[in-house]
Amino acid sequence: MKKIYSRPKCLKDAIFHYCPGCGHSIIHRLVAELIDEMDLRGKIICIPPAGCAVLAYNYLDIDMCESAHGRGCAVATGFKRAQPDKLVLTYQGDGDMAAIGTAETIHAANRGERITSIFVNNAVYGMTGGQMAPTTILGQKTTTSPFGRREAFEGYPLMITDLIATMKGAAFVARNSLATPAKIKATKKSIKKAFEVQEAGLGYSLVEVLSPCPTNWKLSPIESFKYLEEIMEKEYPLKIFKDITKNKDSNI
Amino acid sequence: MENKILMKGTDALGEAAIRAGCECYFGYPITPQNEVPEYMARRMGEENLVFLQGESEIASINMLLGAAASGKRAMTSSSSPGISLKQEGLSFMAAMELPALIVNIVRGGPGLGNIAPSQGDYFQATRGGGHGDYRIPVYAPATIQEVYDLTMEAFDVADIFRTPVMILGDGMLGQMVEPIDMHPKKDLEMPAKDYILDGAEGRPSRIMKSLILDVREMEEHNWKLKRKYDLMQQELPKHEEFMTEDAKLVIIAFGTAARIAKGAVKRARSEGLQVGLLRPITLWPFPVEAIEKLANKTSLFLVFEMNTGQMIEDVRLALNGRVECEFYGRPGGVVPAPQEVQRIIERYWLQKEL
Repeated sequence: MKKIYSRPKCLKDAIFHYCPGCGHSIIHRLVAELIDEMDLRGKIICIPPAGCAVLAYNYLDIDMCESAHGRGCAVATGFKRAQPDKLVLTYQGDGDMAAIGTAETIHAANRGERITSIFVNNAVYGMTGGQMAPTTILGQKTTTSPFGRREAFEGYPLMITDLIATMKGAAFVARNSLATPAKIKATKKSIKKAFEVQEAGLGYSLVEVLSPCPTNWKLSPIESFKYLEEIMEKEYPLKIFKDITKNKDSNI
Repeated sequence: MENKILMKGTDALGEAAIRAGCECYFGYPITPQNEVPEYMARRMGEENLVFLQGESEIASINMLLGAAASGKRAMTSSSSPGISLKQEGLSFMAAMELPALIVNIVRGGPGLGNIAPSQGDYFQATRGGGHGDYRIPVYAPATIQEVYDLTMEAFDVADIFRTPVMILGDGMLGQMVEPIDMHPKKDLEMPAKDYILDGAEGRPSRIMKSLILDVREMEEHNWKLKRKYDLMQQELPKHEEFMTEDAKLVIIAFGTAARIAKGAVKRARSEGLQVGLLRPITLWPFPVEAIEKLANKTSLFLVFEMNTGQMIEDVRLALNGRVECEFYGRPGGVVPAPQEVQRIIERYWLQKEL
């Protein structure tokens, strides 16, 4: 009998604490698979966010350093400048990336820091209990936008990925989704590309991943994957915003 | 004397850092310390070391955290409002026990205040500054030689105790030029950095964190830090005494204020008054023992600070009511002349019938 599926080596044998239907465990697995496949364990340093995924170090068997809420890209910059030969990854949520850490994110991207960010967008603050995120979509009800997000009061969803794509320092910028197995495969492909771009020293790489939060969306896991595809992907179209390797001689 | 060269405070600080093995500098411009990042930008570039101007003080202190967790000797510098912004990162670094140097060239405050020399940040520096239960060693140089020496020492203390260390100065120390002996760094044996994150090549993976959700574990971490602070309290206090042997009145002052106080003491001595100076060099840990010793033979302590009275709380704690203690302060960036402090000394001398 041929074994075709098993736990990646650098994914610890632990039960995820994430809620049923949460996207983090899928993304963790993708990252773990890529670390194995690309033989990165000995050189990767990951900065988990303040949020549900702060406990990523309970699952990923790699060097990890917590950062304060929003400071992931600054901490990553310190690591990368101090150790340019390492692969540095920030794993961030929407509040981390696009609210409290907007400055750190944008400036790291603009400097072309050779780091990679995985930006998990579920349009809500998960760990704190479902408050409004910068990416909460218009009309979406959260505990701090109980009447639904209204543009007149709370403003519009912040398109940080679109914004970063305009920056010269950004080398690879993509938005993917976990809505279907095929889309999960495409997400893995983007993360792989982002790692390759960093390895090649081309600049900042960012992969936004639209991810379900059934608990705070108050939907069942199955309903939330439907919501992800039908509502979230409309607001946040999936696309490769930028890939500078497309226009130059490159092996990657 | 032949080996001494004239150097400005900010340059002496930067040069000492580089000679102490500082490999990374992160900072954001703010007056009156801009000469530090400017000096470092040039010199770190020449030495092929890391210099990076962050987008903010918050970003800079978090870059510092990353470099320190990489095992590099690293530093940042700023001035009061900028140091307030750095407190978030400082708390995280204290929790994670990461060594680094943080320089605060203090300006008048609160708020934007002004850019003149002040000692208004004493509380913030010596009480931890950020959130949570922690302390960091704080050095207060009073001469350019001391700026040079203490900068080097600060890096060693940071590595030995795995802690952020602060140098507290002001714009006067930064701008002043004095001849200094630029000796090489003392060759001390440093503990191995077995905590750093550099990719888990051929070893178990490491986690650097400050999130400790289990309250008993958090309590134990707090006590572990406390034991370290107790050890620092035993080993680090540093002070200078000047003409205290027979002094009936002892002024206690630090940094720039201590220079002024020293001038005042000399002037009062020439009038025949038995006056001395005790100058804390470490503000935390505070030189409690030195003050206790003097308390046995001193009739009056006079605390002089360039603020409205902050260090005086530590002096009063050290004295524990045994000896009377008065205060004279000039906040807001005012730098009084020694004559002014001399007049205060003479007033108390007469009032208290010393």
